[in-house]
Amino acid sequence: MELPIYLDNNATTPLDPRVLEAMLPYFTSKFGNAASRNHAFGWVAEEAVDYAREEVAKLIGCTEKEIIFTSGATEADNLGIKGVYEMYAEKGNHIITATTEHKAVLDTCKHLEKQGAKVTYLTVKEDGLIDLAELEAAMTPQTILVTIMYGNNEIGVLQPIKEISAIAHKHGALFMTDATQAVGKVPVDVNADGIDLLAFSAHKMYGPKGVGALYVRRKNPRVKVTSQMDGGGHERGMRSGTLNVPGIVGFGKACQLCREEMESEAKRLSALRDKLETALLQLEESYVNGNREHRLPHVANISFKYVEGEGLMMAMKDLAVSSGSACTSASLEPSYVLKSLGLSDDLAHSSIRFGLGRFTTEEEVDYAIENTKKAVNHLRNLSPLWEMFKDGIDLSKIEWAEH
Amino acid sequence: MAYSEKVMEHYTNPRNVGTLNKDSKSVGTGLVGAPECGDVMRLQIEVNDENVITDAKFKTFGCGSAIASSSLATEWLKGKTIDEALTIDNMDIVEELALPPVKIHCSVLAEDAIKSAINDYRVKNGLEALELEKSHH
Repeated sequence: MELPIYLDNNATTPLDPRVLEAMLPYFTSKFGNAASRNHAFGWVAEEAVDYAREEVAKLIGCTEKEIIFTSGATEADNLGIKGVYEMYAEKGNHIITATTEHKAVLDTCKHLEKQGAKVTYLTVKEDGLIDLAELEAAMTPQTILVTIMYGNNEIGVLQPIKEISAIAHKHGALFMTDATQAVGKVPVDVNADGIDLLAFSAHKMYGPKGVGALYVRRKNPRVKVTSQMDGGGHERGMRSGTLNVPGIVGFGKACQLCREEMESEAKRLSALRDKLETALLQLEESYVNGNREHRLPHVANISFKYVEGEGLMMAMKDLAVSSGSACTSASLEPSYVLKSLGLSDDLAHSSIRFGLGRFTTEEEVDYAIENTKKAVNHLRNLSPLWEMFKDGIDLSKIEWAEH
Repeated sequence: MAYSEKVMEHYTNPRNVGTLNKDSKSVGTGLVGAPECGDVMRLQIEVNDENVITDAKFKTFGCGSAIASSSLATEWLKGKTIDEALTIDNMDIVEELALPPVKIHCSVLAEDAIKSAINDYRVKNGLEALELEKSHH
């Protein structure tokens, strides 16, 4: 077993060697521009892109003409939201999203607000799921788009996508989802789920960084977005720019592998995740954040009360994980996602996200359990809050100095 | 962001972790920070009749730099008189631990904890609390 152990697979995943192998020729001998129509170099590249596009489409149950390649999920989110806002301006200017969305969605919505959009940010229940009745109540005749993420990047909860899209459609709005964390991990089907636009990216599913896609529905209804990148008219005019052929080939291969291995992987990972979670919950005053039933199979977000996340991560130096705490003078704010669940700031500061992946072994999980337990105990021995808790002092009654 | 070797060293082997009897007249306790800000320091000093700090203990909830700052502070306090202790400046801690700009607030908190412990000791012993500069972090 090699140290450190990578348990941050929601941030990014390692490239699968099979993906790398598929990509390599497209850097060197097969280097052509997929838009070069008049020689073999271009044809070879175009054929590879077509094949990859089919694989990408298959994974989410759409046709290859509905896939627009982008530089990643952030660009796909921008293109989907801004593109719909501009294209459907005559119909209305209202967008509905949620407070726990990724910044790529939230900041895009904020940008549009400056241009006159009305945006409703739905709050979530304490398990991280949105309230369908609140969504229904927020719908207006001016609502053109509902955009709610499929699976959350910090806590892994899966939103009730079918129900959400049904509500959006009942009121004549389009439904978009940022499915970056979900595609390749759980079955996603744009038709069964009623999705009109979907953003995702290769590097979260063992593909390369720098490539992603936006799915744009072509039938029932035919959805259109205005391009946000003008130029040579690539990707049916919706996203200009020379195609990243090696990246797209890798994306295609990554999608194929996920399609073939998702079912068994999800079982294996959820068993490992449950083992990790069960063992860590034996520590006193530790809590799982987010709904434990409706969630991705490979994520566990746990708060260890009375220790601070960043300090804790230092003691877990053989583990690469992430924390909801941000102890810098620039941002003393802990995770906005955890705060949206109604978690108090101190619990949000005490959280650690474990993200398992395709290459995580049981031996590594066992090591992570022991390492984390030791670290939590070490930090609690140093923690004045833990001592007060043990002495039966109610911390909420103390007047803390503002700073 | 990588931590300096000195921060790692204090973090891994923190000095003077523990608790003194806060009800004793010879002990001053400073509790600064807030859980919702992600750092709380408790620093205690024991002072003899010659106004010399004979013992210092801390416990800290916070990041590695906060833990290292308070550990270093207890090391520096031992053997100093109260007046000498009051001259410890947060920038001395920044320098010693090579804290990056985003971690300066950890050193400010440690300085606050020292002054707050001294004031607690003074008030317990019938002296006036010193006017403390309001920290702004």
